[in-house]
Amino acid sequence: MEPLMAVAIGILFAAAIYMMLRRSIVKLVIGLMLLSNAANLLIFATAGLRRGAPPLVPEGLSAPEAAVADPLPQALVLTAIVIAFGVLSFAVVLIRRAWEIVRADDLDKMKDTDT
Amino acid sequence: MNPEIALPVLIPMMAGAVSLVFWRSRLMQRLVAVGGTAGLLGTSVWLLASVSRDGILVMQMGGWVAPFGISLVADLLGAIMVVLTGIIGFAVAIYSLATIGRGHEAFGYFPLMHLLLAGVAGAFLTGDIFNLYVWFEVMLVASFALLTLGSEKAQMEGAIKYVTLNLLSSVIFLIAVGLLYGMVGTLNMADIARRLGGLEDQGMVDVLAMMFMVAFGIKAAAFPLFFWLPASYHTPPVAVSALFAGLLTKVGVYALYRVFTLIFHHSPGYTHEILLWGAGLTMLSGVLGAAAQYEFRRILSFHIVSQIGYMILGLALFTPLAILGGVFYIAHHIIVKTNLFLVSGIVYRLGGSYRLEKLGGFYRSHPWLAVLFLIPALSLAGMPPLSGFFAKFIVIRAGVEAEAYGVTAIALVVGLLTLYSMIKIWAEVFWKATPAEGDVDPYPEVRQRELWLMVAPVAGLALCTLYIGLNAEPIHALAAASAAELLDPTRYIEAVLDAPGEVSP
Repeated sequence: MEPLMAVAIGILFAAAIYMMLRRSIVKLVIGLMLLSNAANLLIFATAGLRRGAPPLVPEGLSAPEAAVADPLPQALVLTAIVIAFGVLSFAVVLIRRAWEIVRADDLDKMKDTDT
Repeated sequence: MNPEIALPVLIPMMAGAVSLVFWRSRLMQRLVAVGGTAGLLGTSVWLLASVSRDGILVMQMGGWVAPFGISLVADLLGAIMVVLTGIIGFAVAIYSLATIGRGHEAFGYFPLMHLLLAGVAGAFLTGDIFNLYVWFEVMLVASFALLTLGSEKAQMEGAIKYVTLNLLSSVIFLIAVGLLYGMVGTLNMADIARRLGGLEDQGMVDVLAMMFMVAFGIKAAAFPLFFWLPASYHTPPVAVSALFAGLLTKVGVYALYRVFTLIFHHSPGYTHEILLWGAGLTMLSGVLGAAAQYEFRRILSFHIVSQIGYMILGLALFTPLAILGGVFYIAHHIIVKTNLFLVSGIVYRLGGSYRLEKLGGFYRSHPWLAVLFLIPALSLAGMPPLSGFFAKFIVIRAGVEAEAYGVTAIALVVGLLTLYSMIKIWAEVFWKATPAEGDVDPYPEVRQRELWLMVAPVAGLALCTLYIGLNAEPIHALAAASAAELLDPTRYIEAVLDAPGEVSP
């Protein structure tokens, strides 16, 4: 399972970087979306992909009886997904406003503020 | 329990929530802005006082013991940074009363400002690496919205670069945190530091160190990924520029200081050598970029980049004196840089432009403004007896003592070029005759009350600069204590992991 995941994550990263290198701002944002998803999958995979008992503590004990799955990476990924959702929805609104104002979908036409 | 650790985060958050409740009341939002930032300043001074009296303070969120829950940790560096956040927040809040237009206020300028301050303070106080990521995002989302508020063409163009590069750096940071967790199985920074020492695979540790360096380097606007900063910082209203200039890049610098003194200090021959050359090139590219500019805020933006180089230089040399210099430099720089941006805003309000060639004659018409400009400008260039002199002197002396002559020479040359840029602004804006009325934007007459609201924070920050310069001894002692703490990570680790916390079932 792990090698397959590694290849999939690698492909996602490659696709994300390819999209981000395009001049169109829409493709740039698609690249950012792919990038954050690739990062989430990577965190998910680093903790190890294996089956384990749910990390629940039985009543009356202070620790679970047997080995359990590590719930923390899932919590991290969940937080990261929520944050990425918020930030990327901002980015989508931003490119729409930018298109309305600049009237261009081309990063080469957006260099007035560069020097 | 020490409530002062959590208050610098809670107060701006509460103030933001309260000003959201008063969405339609302009007066209430303004009152909350001043009151909230004043509260932040007050509690941050309280925090610094308790930290310098009692040592590192730790608070375990929810009563969970250290490596399991999220710890808030206030060591001297964090407390100093929070005090600076308070000073800048208060000054900018007062300045905003006069300069932020009604349109901006109606679309939530003040709640966003509070949220930004909460994010910055949270980043300075957290002891958990994933929590640091979350605070970075809180800060970033608020800064995105502040940057684009107003939707002018330049703002949109600047914001696309700003958003893209900052998201990229966040993703790199997140990946690095994930891999680090995969290696050591903990997110508490003190626990990570303790476990990394015993790890066999030091090659992977170096890889992670580089990922953190790239992620924080982008946020700190270090070479080679600094170009989002001069492309965007001159586009929003000046109060927003000043807030960003003072605080945002410095959060990146703080994160570099935290991570490379606490966690990745095992192979300084590799990581800190790269930081050293990064610092040199950052200084040089920033100052050369500024030399080519003829717009007030663009010059200042490029100078942020070059000054970041000095701070990273202090970290990269990694001697007690260098770290001391770096901390001193951060304290001096935050105040001076914000002040210069605020002065540029006053010049814009009175002269109607940021372009140097359209301005002139301010020494004749507003001599007091000339004085208020000269104090931070000469301080930035490192003229004695102002604060910048001591900051530069300590860093450069540390460079000579560490026998890093190449980078030290760059630092000296950059100091000279900084003076050149400041003199250029002085000659163009203040010294030369007022240019003939051309296409300067017609600007409404400035009311007296408005002018006072703009001048008061500038004068206050200038007094802070003078205070640091003329009374450098206590600040120096504070920075020295902070450097000693940073170079001895066991103190941080013991404070966090041995801190009492109620064990919850």
